[in-house]
Amino acid sequence: MSAVPSGYSLRSSTRRLTDRIGDVALRVVTALAALAALVLLGAIVWKVIHLAWPAIQHYGLSFVTGKTWDPVKGVFGALPFIYGTAMSSLIALVIATPLSIAIALWLSELAPGGVRGVVGSLVEMLAAIPSVVLGLWGILVLGPFLADHLEPWLHDHLGFIPLFGPPSATGTGLFTAGLILTIMIVPIIASICRELFLQVPNELEEGALALGATRWEMVRGVIIPSTRTGIAAAIILGLGRALGEAIAVTQVIGGGTTISANVFGPIDTLASKIAASYQGAASGLEAASLLYLAAILMVIGLLTNLAAQVIVRVFDPLKGAH
Amino acid sequence: MSAVTPAVTLKASGGLRRRKIVNKIMEFIGWAAALAAVAVLFVVIVSVLLRAWPALSWNFLTKPPALFGQPGGGISSAIVGSAIIVAMATALALPVGVLIGIYLTEFAPRSVAQPVQLVLDVLNGLPTIITGIFVYGLLVIGNGQSAYAGAFALAIVMLPLVARAAQETLLLVPSALREASLALGVSRWRSVMGVILPTAVGGILTGAVLAVARAAGETAPLLFTSSIFQLGTVTTDVSKAMPNIPVLIFTYSEQPDQALHEQAWGAALVLMVFVLVSSLLAKALLARSRRKLGR
Repeated sequence: MSAVPSGYSLRSSTRRLTDRIGDVALRVVTALAALAALVLLGAIVWKVIHLAWPAIQHYGLSFVTGKTWDPVKGVFGALPFIYGTAMSSLIALVIATPLSIAIALWLSELAPGGVRGVVGSLVEMLAAIPSVVLGLWGILVLGPFLADHLEPWLHDHLGFIPLFGPPSATGTGLFTAGLILTIMIVPIIASICRELFLQVPNELEEGALALGATRWEMVRGVIIPSTRTGIAAAIILGLGRALGEAIAVTQVIGGGTTISANVFGPIDTLASKIAASYQGAASGLEAASLLYLAAILMVIGLLTNLAAQVIVRVFDPLKGAH
Repeated sequence: MSAVTPAVTLKASGGLRRRKIVNKIMEFIGWAAALAAVAVLFVVIVSVLLRAWPALSWNFLTKPPALFGQPGGGISSAIVGSAIIVAMATALALPVGVLIGIYLTEFAPRSVAQPVQLVLDVLNGLPTIITGIFVYGLLVIGNGQSAYAGAFALAIVMLPLVARAAQETLLLVPSALREASLALGVSRWRSVMGVILPTAVGGILTGAVLAVARAAGETAPLLFTSSIFQLGTVTTDVSKAMPNIPVLIFTYSEQPDQALHEQAWGAALVLMVFVLVSSLLAKALLARSRRKLGR
C-alpha cells in the first residue's frame, strides 16, 4: 500500500491539468481547421454568386442561351463559351479516354518489371508540367505543326464532315485546345485507372487465364467490368479538369465568339474567356457578364466534381470483384 | 485404332487464331499508348530545353527585365516574386492542412470526417480560376492587387493537397504506436505531437513539396490577384502586386514579339526544372518515409 509515494496522486496534479487543456485545445484547434475548409468552400460559392449578382439580375437565365457577345453593342450571352467548353472537353475526352485506359492497362498488366516504374513516373511527370508551360508549347510548337500538317490533311481527307473545315492559319483554335487538354488529363485518368486495375484480385485474373482466355479477353471480361464505376469516376474527374482549365486553353484557343462547326476555328471556353479578358473589361456590364460566366463555370465545375466523388463513394469502385 | 484420325495440331487455327490475333493487336495498342505518353513528355521537355537555351545565362537569372524595347534583361524580379508568394502560401496552407489531417484521423467521427473529405476533394477539383475570382472579390476589390492576395489564392489551391496527404500518411502510422503511447499514460495531444506526427513527418513533407510544385506553376489564381506589376524592379513589398514566373510566361506568350518568346521559354525552363526537381524530391522523401513506416 505504501508503494505509491506520498504526494503522488493519480488525480488533479499539474501535469494532468496541462494534459487536459492540451487534449481539448488540440481537438478544438484541429476541428476549427476542418471547419475553415467547409467555410472556405461556402464562402467561394457565396462570393462568386454575389459578384455575378448584378449580371444575373440584369439577364436572368436568358444569358445562358444568348448567342452574341459583343462589347461594342453591349450585348452579352454565354452560349458561345458554353459551346467552346463542351466541345474542347469532348475532344479531350474522346482522345484521352481510350488512350489513358490503354496506358493504365499496359502499366498494370503488360509492362515488363524493369520499365514499369520508370514509365509510371514519367506519366505522372506529365501531370506535373505547369499548364502555362504546356500552353506556351501549344502556341509556339504544337499549333504551327498542326496548322502546317495535321489540319490540312484532315481537311483534305475528311473535309466532307463539317467538323474538319478550312485549317487555321496559325494553329490556334478549338482543336489545338482539345489536344492540349488531352495531354493534361491523360495522366490524371491513367493513374487513377492503374490503381483500380491493380486492385482487381489476382485470383480472378488468373482464373480467367486458366480457363483459356487470352490476356485481352481477361481484360475485357474481368478487369474492365469489375472496375467500370471507378473508370467512370476517373473520366469525370478528367472532365472536371478539362472544363476548368483556363490558362493553357487561353493561350491556344485563339479567342472568338462565333459558334462554328469547324473545330479548327477560334472560340473561347468559359474559363479562357475570363482569363483572356482579365484586364480588358471596358464597361461595368461587361465585367459583370464575365463574372456571370465565372458563376456558370463554378456551378458546372462543382457539379462535375461532386458527381465523380459521389460515384466513388456510393458505388464501390470494385463492385463485383470482392 | 479407328479409321478416323483426328486432325489435332498444336498450331492455332480458326477461332483461337482470331482470338490470338485480337489479343496481339490489343497488346500492341497498349505499347503504343504508353510510348505515345512518354514521347509527348519527351517532346515537350526537349522543345523547352532547345528554345530556352539561347535565353539562358547568368544575367537571365540575376537581372531584372530590361525596359520596353531594350534587349537583354532577365527574370530575377519574377523569380523573387514567385518565391515570396509561394513561401507565404505554404506558410498559410501547411499548418492548416496538417491540422485538418490530424482532425480527420485522430478526432473526427466518421459522420463528420466524410463530409470534410468530400469538401476537400471538391475544393481540389474546383477550377483554379474560380479561386482567383473569389480572392479578387474578397481582397482585391477596394484594395488593389497584392502579393498576399496572390498567396492566399495559392494557399486555397494547396490546402486540399496538403490536408489529404497529411491524412493519408497519418492513417499509415501503425496503430500499435498509437496504442503503446496511450497505454503508457501519455495524453492524447502529447502522443499526437510527440509520437504520431514525428512518425508521419516524411509523408506530410512529401505532400507539402508536391503542393508547392503545383502552386509554383499555377497561373489562374494569380491573374486576378498579382498580375499588374512593375516588372523592371525586384521588390519585396507584399502589399503590392509582385512579378511572378507563371504570369510572366503567360503575358509574354500572348505577345507577337520573338524576343519576349525567348524570355518566356527561359522562364518556362526555370519553372519546369523547379517543378520536376521538387517532384523527384517528393518521390525520394516518400520512399524514405515508407521505409520508416515499414511498408
